[in-house]
Amino acid sequence: MAVTGAEAAGAPRLRDGVRAAAPLAAGPVLFGLSYGVLAVDAGFSTLAAGVFSATTFAGSAQFAAGSVLETGGSAVAAIVAAAMLNARYVPMSVAAAAVFPRPLWRRLVEAQLIVDESWALAGRGGRFDRHVLVGAGLLLYVLWVASTVVGTLVGDRLGDPEDYGLDAAFAALFLGLAMPYLRSRRALEASALAALLVLCLLPFTPAGVPIVAASAVCLLGLRR
Amino acid sequence: MSETWVVVVVVGVVTIVFKAAGPVLLGSRQLSGRTLRVVELLAPVMLTALVVTQTVGGDGGIAVDARVAGVGAAGIALWRGVPIVPAMAIAAVVTAALRALA
Repeated sequence: MAVTGAEAAGAPRLRDGVRAAAPLAAGPVLFGLSYGVLAVDAGFSTLAAGVFSATTFAGSAQFAAGSVLETGGSAVAAIVAAAMLNARYVPMSVAAAAVFPRPLWRRLVEAQLIVDESWALAGRGGRFDRHVLVGAGLLLYVLWVASTVVGTLVGDRLGDPEDYGLDAAFAALFLGLAMPYLRSRRALEASALAALLVLCLLPFTPAGVPIVAASAVCLLGLRR
Repeated sequence: MSETWVVVVVVGVVTIVFKAAGPVLLGSRQLSGRTLRVVELLAPVMLTALVVTQTVGGDGGIAVDARVAGVGAAGIALWRGVPIVPAMAIAAVVTAALRALA
């Protein structure tokens, strides 16, 4: 990838990002493998599943699209479900926007490494750290694409990642990353309101919509 | 083009645009005080929304299951100062154990 070559000078700090994401490596590997299995069931070739992981690089949306197709849904339904889930990347990329370097094409390429985990790790200090975002993003990217491809090849021999409680482990990750912010009263209020909004919307809206709607709560920041 | 490739290409393009939206449109412009206060709330708000959907989100709405206990246990551990990775392990083990018993 262009990013790694151009980044040689910043390598030591890039390594910080890789190191920050390394303890989470089991997650993308297991989810990538099981996504590969689902993709085959849904009619994806190994190439299509690999290209999907390499371009979309967002597990939840890919799972959603795969399971819509696998349960007999249309391509349009699969696209809408995945787009709704990924709409959260608009506010997330806005929050991280200032850290990306010129020129424009590099911003475009590096922004593709934004994924929930890399974004959350990069924002840990309260300010976004580009090296952590890129380093963590690259590690997660390689693991995700590789394990997707392997998953399509090894098939159904792995069992369900939910049997290992991985879904709960990811919720715990996001909770742990949210906690330092919640010491601020403003952030605590906004987060509580967001949680309430998500709970109210979950039963009535397609997946992904509650998270996007919750981002509107940030407008509370306009208060003095 | 087969149906799966249509999905791969369209979702791929849409996601690339979503992820690039902030960096490409805003660039490295410094945000003003009020805008900054809005953007600063994005991290805690989006993370909280992810926690809630990941803990109780399910097919067709809210599903309360073993995850709630797992995430609850991890929450207590985090609150008492346990680092993130061991807390994730606690969530996984509690949830997996309850699922195995069920």
